[in-house]
Amino acid sequence: MFPAIANPSVSPDADKPRFGEKDIMRRSASEVTPPATRLTEVAKLIDVTKCIGCKACQAACLEWNNLTEEIGFNHGVYTNPMDLTPDTFTLMRFTEWVNPETENLEWLIRKDGCMHCEDPGCLKACPSPGAIVQYSNGIVDFQHENCIGCGYCIKGCPFNIPRISKVDHTAYKCTLCSDRVAVGQGPACQKACPTQAIVFGTKQEMKDWAEFRITDLKSRGFDKAGLYDPQGVGGTHVMYVLHHADTPSIYAGLPDNPRISPIVETWKGVTKYVGLAVMGFAAAAGFLHYVVAGPNKVGEEDEENAEKLVEGKAPPPPADPTQPEGRV
Amino acid sequence: MSAIDPHAHGHAHMPDHAHLPDDVEPGDGVRPGHPVQVSRYTLAARINHWITAISLVLLALSGMALFTPKLFFLTGLFGGGQWTRAIHPWIGVVLFFSFFILFVRFWRANLPAREDGTWLARISDVLGGHEERLPEIGKYNAGQKFVFWSMSGLIIVLIGSGIVMWDQYFYPFTTIEQKRIAILVHAVAAVCIICVWIIHVYAAIWVKGTFSAMTRGEVTGGWAWRHHRKWLRELVGKPKEPRAPAE
Amino acid sequence: MTNAWTDIKNTDLVVIMGGNAAEAHPCGFKWVTEAKANRGAKLIVIDPRYTRSASVADYYAPIRQGTDIAFLMGLINWCMQNDKVQWAYTKAFTNASYVVKEGFTYQDGLFAGYDEAKRDYNRDTWEYEIGPDGYAVVDDTLTHPRCVWNLLKAHVATYTPEMVERICGTPKDKFLKIAQMIGECSSPTKTMTSMYALGWTQHSKGAQNIRGMAMLQLILGNIGVRGGGMNALRGHSNIQGLTDLGLMSNLIPGYLNIPTEKETDLTAYMSTRAFKPLRPNQMSYWQNYRKFFVSFMKSMYGPAATAENDWGYQYLPKLDVPNYDILRAFELMKQGKMNLYFCQGFNPLQAFPNKAKLAEALAKLKLLVVMDPLQTETARFWEDHGIYNKTDPASIKTEVLQLPTTCFAEDEGSLVNSGRWLQWHWPGGSPPGEARTDTFIMAQIHLRLKELYRKEGGAFPDPILNLNWTYKNPEEPTPEELAKEMNGSALVDVFDPADPTKKVLEAGKQLSGFGQYRDDGTTAGGCWIFSGCWTEAGNMMARRDNSDPGDAGTFLKWSFAWPANRRILYNRASCDLEGKPWDPSRKLIEWDGAKWSGYDVPDIAPTAKPADVGPFIMNPEGVSRLFVRKMMRDGPFPVHYEPFESPVANVIAPKIVGNPVARVFKDDWEQFAKPGSPEFPYAATTYRLTEHFHYWTKNNHVNAVLQPEAFVEISEELAKEKGIALGGWVRVWSKRGEILAKAVVTKRIKPMTIDGKTVHVVGVPIHWGFVGAARKGFGANNLTPFVGDANIETPEFKAFQVNIEASTGPVA
Repeated sequence: MFPAIANPSVSPDADKPRFGEKDIMRRSASEVTPPATRLTEVAKLIDVTKCIGCKACQAACLEWNNLTEEIGFNHGVYTNPMDLTPDTFTLMRFTEWVNPETENLEWLIRKDGCMHCEDPGCLKACPSPGAIVQYSNGIVDFQHENCIGCGYCIKGCPFNIPRISKVDHTAYKCTLCSDRVAVGQGPACQKACPTQAIVFGTKQEMKDWAEFRITDLKSRGFDKAGLYDPQGVGGTHVMYVLHHADTPSIYAGLPDNPRISPIVETWKGVTKYVGLAVMGFAAAAGFLHYVVAGPNKVGEEDEENAEKLVEGKAPPPPADPTQPEGRV
Repeated sequence: MSAIDPHAHGHAHMPDHAHLPDDVEPGDGVRPGHPVQVSRYTLAARINHWITAISLVLLALSGMALFTPKLFFLTGLFGGGQWTRAIHPWIGVVLFFSFFILFVRFWRANLPAREDGTWLARISDVLGGHEERLPEIGKYNAGQKFVFWSMSGLIIVLIGSGIVMWDQYFYPFTTIEQKRIAILVHAVAAVCIICVWIIHVYAAIWVKGTFSAMTRGEVTGGWAWRHHRKWLRELVGKPKEPRAPAE
Repeated sequence: MTNAWTDIKNTDLVVIMGGNAAEAHPCGFKWVTEAKANRGAKLIVIDPRYTRSASVADYYAPIRQGTDIAFLMGLINWCMQNDKVQWAYTKAFTNASYVVKEGFTYQDGLFAGYDEAKRDYNRDTWEYEIGPDGYAVVDDTLTHPRCVWNLLKAHVATYTPEMVERICGTPKDKFLKIAQMIGECSSPTKTMTSMYALGWTQHSKGAQNIRGMAMLQLILGNIGVRGGGMNALRGHSNIQGLTDLGLMSNLIPGYLNIPTEKETDLTAYMSTRAFKPLRPNQMSYWQNYRKFFVSFMKSMYGPAATAENDWGYQYLPKLDVPNYDILRAFELMKQGKMNLYFCQGFNPLQAFPNKAKLAEALAKLKLLVVMDPLQTETARFWEDHGIYNKTDPASIKTEVLQLPTTCFAEDEGSLVNSGRWLQWHWPGGSPPGEARTDTFIMAQIHLRLKELYRKEGGAFPDPILNLNWTYKNPEEPTPEELAKEMNGSALVDVFDPADPTKKVLEAGKQLSGFGQYRDDGTTAGGCWIFSGCWTEAGNMMARRDNSDPGDAGTFLKWSFAWPANRRILYNRASCDLEGKPWDPSRKLIEWDGAKWSGYDVPDIAPTAKPADVGPFIMNPEGVSRLFVRKMMRDGPFPVHYEPFESPVANVIAPKIVGNPVARVFKDDWEQFAKPGSPEFPYAATTYRLTEHFHYWTKNNHVNAVLQPEAFVEISEELAKEKGIALGGWVRVWSKRGEILAKAVVTKRIKPMTIDGKTVHVVGVPIHWGFVGAARKGFGANNLTPFVGDANIETPEFKAFQVNIEASTGPVA
C-alpha cells in the first residue's frame, strides 16, 4: 500500500500555504524570473490497471471544488457527462477494447483531466498576463481574475482539457487541488480513490511506484505495460500506468505522442515576431518615404488644366494616347 | 442625398448607363469653378467608409492586444481583457457587413484596367511622385485597387477564421485542430490587413488633397487632373445625370 | 464474512462470483488490489456480465444467471476427480467421513422424502447414522458407501465440464482454466477467498449457492485460514448488524430463535436446542444457548423475568408460520389481512419484487407509517406520477404518515460491517428540520402504547407493561445505554460456580464477554454475540489503534469484532492436528503445547488440545458439514435448479420448475413465464451500479450527475437483432410489468449457448424511481417475480425472463 498522506495538522500555522506567488516558474504573457530554487516536483499517478471506474474521484472533484454539474442523460455508455465541462474537471472515460492478440475484451477506464505538463501549451497560448501560472512544483493553475475567456488555452493544450464557462466566461480545468497541496494534502480525487489507483507524491516517488506496478503487470502478461510521462511536453505532473503503454490512444484517445501543436508554436512564435516586424516595417517605410519623397501635392497648373478641361477650352491630350481606354 | 441604388451598379448594359465607363460611380460629378470641384464620394459612401474604418482600427487595436502580450495593455481601451475578448468578434461582424456594402459600391470601379499594368510597371515613378510619367488613371489607380481587393480578400479570410475561433457561439462546430489553423490564419491575415491599412492611410497622407474626398466627398479638379485624369475626362464628357448630386 | 475485509490482502486467489465487489463494494475492493499488488494474487470473475470487477480481473468467464450451483458442483467434481483436495483438512475438519442414515437417496433432482403437494420434504433420513455410543458413526477410510464423501462424489458426478457448459453457458476451456486455478489452492500454503453478495443470495436457491462454494472451500482447506473464507459482502451499511440483532420475524438477537406456537413453554423450546455433541470431546458451543436466552430475557423484562415465569417466556410472540418475511407480509396486505405497516428505513415499493402487486397491497392498508431520512417511493405510492407511477389518489384510502429520521451521518452509534466489526461513529452534522433519531421515535411510540395499555388494559398487556425501560431519559434512550445493554451486565454480585466464595462480578458492572453470561437470572445481556463491545474498560467499538502485529491483517485493537473480538471465524482450522499453522508464513494462531495464542483471538477453548477438539465449535460434530443434515429445506447437498423463470428446462431434472420447495403464493404462479417461453425469451438480471446506492443516492445531485438516467444493458448481437440503437429507448417487459429505459449496447454482454440454444442476457440496473434528483425512471422491480429463497425468502431478483423491443421515449 502506498503510504497514506497524513491528515492536516491542527497547529495554527498548518494552513499556511507551502507554495505561492514566489514559486511561480512561468506566468502567461509575462516575463518572470524563475525562483532560484525549484520546489520538489509533485505528481499524481493514475494507475489505470488498478482503477475500477467507480467515479469516486469525479464525485470528490465536484464536491471539493464546489461544482454543480448538470444532471444529463444516458447516451448508451457509462461515461457521464459525455465530456469534460467547466464543472467537470475530471471524467472517467470508458472504452470497450478487444485485445487483438488475446481476443479478450478489456474495459479500459481512464480518468481524464489536466496533465499539468512541464511545458504547458495552455500557458504558452494564453494572451492574458497571469491568467495561467506554473509553480515550480509543476502545478499549472488558472487564475480566474486574470482570465479573459478567449479559449486560446484550449488550442494550446495537447490533451483537450480546458473548458470555458458560459457563466463567467473564464477557463476551468483541474487545479491538481493546488489549494490542498499547498497545505500538504493530496488532491481530492486521490483522497477519494478506494483502490489507490490514484496516488500522489513527489514526481520521483511516483515514478518509483509506477516501476513497482509495471513489474507486477509484466508478471501478469502485460509485457507492454509502462508509464505515460510524455516527453513531448517535457513530461507531465499527472502520469498514467497503462497496461498497453505502446498504444495510449486506445484509452479513449490519450495522445500517443502529445506535444504543443506546431501550428500553435508557429502562431505564438514566428508569427508574433514576424508580424510585429512587418507591421513596423510598413509604418516605417511610409515615414521614410515621406521624408525622402515629400508630399505629393496638386499644383496650380493641375487646377488650371482641370478648369480648362471642364470649360472645354483646351482639353489637354491624354497623357499616353498609346494606352487605349478599357479593360485589360 | 442619394440612396444606394443597386440598379445603379453592375448593369453596364442597361440603356441609360450603357455608355458610362465602369469607374464612374453614381454621384460622381464635376462642378465648374475656381477651382473646379469634383464629387468623388456620396455621403452614404463616406459614412460607410468611416464605419468600416473605425471598425478596422478597433479590430486592429483589440486584436493586437490579444496577439501579443506586449500590447495586452490595449485591452484597457475596451474595458479590460474580458470586454476586449467579447467585443472584438462583434466589431468584426460590423466590419464585415459594412465592408460588404462598400464592396458592392466600389467593386466595379476597382476592376482591373489596362493602364494598371503600366502604372505598376512604373511604380518607382509612382513613389517618386512623377505622375506625368504615368498613364492617365481612372477613378482608382492600381495601388488603390490593390488595397481594395486585398481588404476584400483578407476580410473574408478574417471573418471565416474568426467564426471558427469564436468559441462562445461556434465552439462545437469545428475541431480543435481546425481552430488552431484558424487562429494562425487569422493572425497572419490580420498582420496583412494592418499592413494594407498602413499603405492605405499613408497614401492618403502622402497624396495631399485626398483627405477631403473622405470628409466632404469632394476633391479639387486639380487633384483629379493630377491623379485620376482619365476619370475626370469621363466625368466631363458624361451626360447630365438624372440623379441629384450627392448634396 | 468468516474473515474480514482487511484479511483479503492475505489471499492468493480471489474468486468473485455471485457478486461484483468492485462495483458494489469499491472501498472494500481495495484489499483485492492490495493482494494483487503485493502478493501477486490472481482475481477470477465469473458473472453473466463483464463487470467493473472483471475489468481488473486476471481471468473472466461468463455464466448464465441462476446456474451457479451447476458451476460450483462442477468445480467440486473436478477437484475430486483431479485430486485437488486438501486431504488432511478435509478428513479432520469436515464431515466427509460421517456415515449417513440408511434410506437417504437422491434421484432426478430430488432427495428422499419429497412431498409434491406440500412442496416440502420429510427430512428424517437426512441425518447421520448414530452408533451405540450415542455418537455419529464415522469411517475414516472414506470407503463406506454412505459416508458423506462418497455420497458427495456421486452427487456431483453429473456436473462434468461438458454439463457445466451445457447448463451455464461457460465455455469448457474457460471452466477448466478456472478449475485449475482454483485447484491449486488445495495446497496448504495457497488460499482462495470467495467474495459474494446478492448475486448469490437473490435466487430461489440462494442459500444453496453459498453452501456450494462453502463446500468447495472446505475441501480446499480454505476456511478458518488467512486469505480464505466465505466472505459475504453486505449490501447496506449495518445490514450485518440488522441480522445480528435479529431483525427478522423468526429471530431474536444473536441468532436465537423466536419460539414457534408448538413450543408452549421454555422446556419445550429448549428441548430442541440441547445441541449435545455428536462426537466425543467436542465443544458444541450452542450448549450455552440457555445462558444467552435467559440473559436476553433479563435484559428485555428485567425484574419481571423470573425463574417462576420461565424468564418471561410467554411474553415472546410465537410463530404460527416459519417466517413473516416481507413477501408474506405483502401477500397478507394484498389479501387484506394486514392493515397497519410500519416501514422503518425501507423502501419496499422499489426494493421488493412485482411493483404492481406491492402497490395494490399498500393501497389496501389502513395506515402506513414511513420512518426514513429521505423521501421514498413507498411513502408516495399513492401519488400519480404518470407512466412512472400511475395511480388514482382519490381511490386510495390508506393514511400515510411520514416521520423524518436522522441519517447515519447525523447520529451516534455503531455500524457492523461485513467483517463483523462493530465500529462506533459520531455525528458529523445536525439533522435537518424535524428529523429525529429512530430511537426517539420508537421510544415515543412505546411510551404512548404503554400508557394506553396501562389505562385500558387489553387481552395481554404484560409484554408491553413489563418491558424493561430504565433509561435515564425514557423519552430517548442514548446509543451508549443501548450498546451497554447489548453487551450485558451483572444484575447482582456473581460468584464462581466452582468456588462460591470467589466473587467474579460485582453487581452493576459490565460483562467482559458472553463467557460471563449466566442462565440463573444473575446477568442480563441483550445480544450475546456483541458481548465484549462495551466492558468496564469502556467502549471497545470506539478503539482506533491500527497496529497489526505480524502484518496479519487482523487489527485486533481497531474497533470490536463479534464474537469476542475474533477476526477470523473457525481460526483453529488454520492449524493442523498438531496445532501448527498449515502455512507458517501466514500464521494466525498456534498451539504451544499448553494453549492457543497468536494474532487473532483463538476460536476454541484456549487449552483445547488440537488433536481432540474440532475447530467448528458451533457444530455438535466439531467439524464442518459437506452434508448439511436436515438444516436446509431444499437438500443436504446443493442441486442445480433453474430459476422459476428460465430460458430452458432444467437439464438434469426436466420436470422440476424452479426450486421444488420454494414457497410460491397461488396468484404468483400465474405470473411466472413458463420455462423456455417464446413470449419472454431473454434472461434478465438486476443489479446495482457504483454510482448509486439503491434508491437513496438518486436524491443526491452529485450521484445523479454521475449516472443520471435509467438504462438496460444488452449485447451488440441482441441490439442488432432487435434494431435497438446505442442510447436509444427500449421497452422491456415481463409477465408482471414493463419498463422504459435507455439502451446501453455493450461488448460486455455476450449471448450464450445454453443446451444448444442461444440465450441473450438483459441487464437491468435498479436505481431509478419517481422521486429524487435523478431523471425519473422505472424500478427494475416492475419486472421481477414474487418468489424467494426456499430457506430465507430472499427474492429472486437475479434471474427471470423478459422481452425487449426498441421504443420511443416515455410521454409523461
